[in-house]
Amino acid sequence: MTRIVSGESAGLITERRAFFRAAGAATLSATAVALMAGCESMAQGSGAQGSGSMADVNILNVALGLEHEAINAYQLGAESGLLQPPVLATAVAFQSHHKEHRDALIATVRKMGGTPAAEKPKAEYARALNASSLSSQADVLKLAQRLERGAANAYIGVIPSFGDKGLAQVAARLAADETMHWTALTGAMAEMLPQKALTFGA
Amino acid sequence: MSLSRVVLGALAVTLAAVPAYANGDAERGRDLYESRCIGCHSLDANRIGPKHRGVYGRKAGAVEEFTYSSAVKNSGVVWDDDTLARWLVNPQALIPGQRMNFRVSLPQDRTDIIAYLKKESGR
Repeated sequence: MTRIVSGESAGLITERRAFFRAAGAATLSATAVALMAGCESMAQGSGAQGSGSMADVNILNVALGLEHEAINAYQLGAESGLLQPPVLATAVAFQSHHKEHRDALIATVRKMGGTPAAEKPKAEYARALNASSLSSQADVLKLAQRLERGAANAYIGVIPSFGDKGLAQVAARLAADETMHWTALTGAMAEMLPQKALTFGA
Repeated sequence: MSLSRVVLGALAVTLAAVPAYANGDAERGRDLYESRCIGCHSLDANRIGPKHRGVYGRKAGAVEEFTYSSAVKNSGVVWDDDTLARWLVNPQALIPGQRMNFRVSLPQDRTDIIAYLKKESGR
């Protein structure tokens, strides 16, 4: 197995573990996120059944599909036996963030009168992500890095489509979490950060 | 230099830039696809969105084993330069009731992504 996190990098990972433990305590609950987005009032008003709100529900459900996939991707990585303990701990921490995202999105979709997108069987995610090709810790990290950047950009790319600015703000917060994951993964692989600004979204 | 020469010069620069814009840079489009689209799509696997290989020239909603919205399924849209560009500008404006809603705001980025999809579709 390729051991890419050792020495200085392992130290960085250890520091991040402490960071994520602290950050987790401050994470908003699903209900708080939904309320912050203004969904409580939307669900109570007639707008919940309007085409604008249902368009927002559609966006949230696509986001939910993305979170389902991210949770399963980290699960596949965790169960692969390829991750060293510090990296595994970080992967589990990131997966827990995605689970909070999932729960927040499910709560918000329900509050808006929609039906949350269902999770697929893990085997389907494994097939779609070509998990059988993962043979090293570096492979797992690379896949996670790739998906996290894609997720951050996906959230940024749907922001202009939201009818409700509160939901657009939530999408920005979710994008920030994915960017945090991407940055940590990039550091774990000892890769350079972008030299230019504004490399995410457009 | 007269004003007319300045204007003509600027026009010449603009026109010179048009062919590259119109054709699209598939290589740059691949990089854009990798960063912007990969969150939900792959070329050869159905994920949050349908697989993309062969999308250029295909009827919208035609990938087997992917569950589309009825709006996309019944849209009658065929993916080409024009429809893909309009889709990436604002999916909801092209097919109301669709679920993607992801937008690519810069015209050159759209053109390059379409060039990449076209290339990967064997067109």
